[in-house]
Amino acid sequence: MSRDTARILALHGGLLVLLFVAQFVLPAYHHGNLARIMVLASYAIGYNILFGYTGLLSLGHALFFAAGMYGMGLGIQHGGLSPAPALLAGVVAGAVVSGALALLALRTTGVAFMIVTLMFAQAGYLTILYFGDYTRGDEGFVLQTAQRMLWGIDLSDPTNRYFAAFTLFALCLCLSLWLVRAPFGRVLVAIRENEDRVQMLGYDTHAHKLAAMVISGTISAAAGAAYGLLFGYVGASFGSVQYSILPLLWVLLGGAGTVLGPFIGALFMFYLIDLSSGLTAAYMLIAGVVLVVLTLFAPQGLVGELRRRFWKGLP
Amino acid sequence: MEIGPYILLASLEGAVTAAVLALTAVGLSLVFGVMRVVNIAHGEFFMLGAVLAWWVANTVGGHPAIGFAAALIVAPVLVGVLAALADMTILKRLNYDPERTIVATIGLLYILQQLTLMTYGPDARPVEAPFNQRIALPWIEHTEAGWQMYYPWGLSTTSYKLAVIGAAAAVLAGVWAMMARTRIGLLMRATQADREMALAFGIPVEKVYALVFGIGAGLAALAAVLIVPIQQAHYLMGADPLLLSFIVVIIGGLGSLPGTVVAALLIGLSDGIISVFFSPTLAKILATLLVGLVLVFRPRGLFGTRAP
Repeated sequence: MSRDTARILALHGGLLVLLFVAQFVLPAYHHGNLARIMVLASYAIGYNILFGYTGLLSLGHALFFAAGMYGMGLGIQHGGLSPAPALLAGVVAGAVVSGALALLALRTTGVAFMIVTLMFAQAGYLTILYFGDYTRGDEGFVLQTAQRMLWGIDLSDPTNRYFAAFTLFALCLCLSLWLVRAPFGRVLVAIRENEDRVQMLGYDTHAHKLAAMVISGTISAAAGAAYGLLFGYVGASFGSVQYSILPLLWVLLGGAGTVLGPFIGALFMFYLIDLSSGLTAAYMLIAGVVLVVLTLFAPQGLVGELRRRFWKGLP
Repeated sequence: MEIGPYILLASLEGAVTAAVLALTAVGLSLVFGVMRVVNIAHGEFFMLGAVLAWWVANTVGGHPAIGFAAALIVAPVLVGVLAALADMTILKRLNYDPERTIVATIGLLYILQQLTLMTYGPDARPVEAPFNQRIALPWIEHTEAGWQMYYPWGLSTTSYKLAVIGAAAAVLAGVWAMMARTRIGLLMRATQADREMALAFGIPVEKVYALVFGIGAGLAALAAVLIVPIQQAHYLMGADPLLLSFIVVIIGGLGSLPGTVVAALLIGLSDGIISVFFSPTLAKILATLLVGLVLVFRPRGLFGTRAP
């Protein structure tokens, strides 16, 4: 194990240990927040694989998040599934939807890719509203405590919920760390930097982008399914444009193309909005200002700046 | 009512939609054509136009026509200036990089929307039309006594709606004349054709960009002022015009003005007729899927000839 690898493992392992321990120290309010942030950060990790590492800016990830959430929620509500197979159903729904969208959207590049993903996600959101008889549309539906018993563990209990969120986040973080350091991840970064050259070197760039989009969509769907199950609510608003913009915001803020960036960004943004919503109802104003300021002054994000200044080898 | 008058009524309503849509979409298309950036905040400039129109009309007072006339001038100019300022302070510093510009205009969208929510509030408010006579329309029907003209119940329009169609057509002709006949239009077209070469010839490209961004936003605001006596001003009203303008610009061919107008007519008219047969949500689903698929399989748009 090289020295660099040891440092990287120490840093990321350290964060996980910190989050594990935080459970016993934090007051109830922040404890609940952190569970939520870890699920949202898992969503951002999924987004980061496509945006940060592969360089494809999608404006339609809410479609995958919602696919996971509704795959799980409808499975429980109408399919009578227990949580474990329902989670699986959500993840599979995300994989199928992201695979289908990837086949279409990857025919385009740049701005067209952004608009195509935006349009299909919007169509997905409207479809949820259209089948309001099953999905209950904007109003959404609540999963009862009895429907949220995973292998006999009550997920509505804060402690269990924290551990479930922690498990999901740890899995996603490790997967993402492993992925971007594996040869596959290196090719993704190379595609981001110069697709033509990668193609000339003999790599099948389309297959790599397709795989990246499916992995990204599946992680997002897992986060969506977990979010619905842990917090007991499934609603159409999670499929709206806003939920496609949020992971972009978190990743940009934390640092695109860094493993820790999504978590740092989600943590920072969550508390920024949490604090400002005490002051005004128009809290999305903060999101807007942060977006503009970030694109202007810190396109690398927080962790990206760290990497630029102190540690070039940070994954 | 029989199907004939019904379709006529739907197409009249559709023509109003098409007129307003054409103005909004031409603004978006102009910005995309000349500057090669996608302005996600376009719908919010539309919304600002409507909200400012309400504000101006309320401040001026007097006969509704005076307030409306003032709004017709003040709102687009204010929005245009605001957009030009945004271009100079934000977009210019991003070097008009397409992807970063999209992210920045999404930020701008939230800023404008939420600032409006904080100042103007969440209510929908009407602006009184300057004139609004009901005009009943005749319909010809074949009866036993031969062809007869009669006035079916419900088949009517208002003088204001007809005026909106006329005004939109006049403004569009003005935009065309500006692009094709004036010096500033020439500079815009030169910048569109080749930015570097335009710079080399001493064209102040940055000023042209600011102007184009301002005009684009001003057109959206003007469209909103025209529609606000029919719809109401609301801080979330920008979403639908943005989506529809995208559809129109993409189908009409990115950056092509005549294509945009044709597509606006097509979409506006069919929107009125389609919503007779489908639920509005289903119509929107079909429309968004259509845009996505057109971009996937015909990236130059249905009428486009140049690569975007």
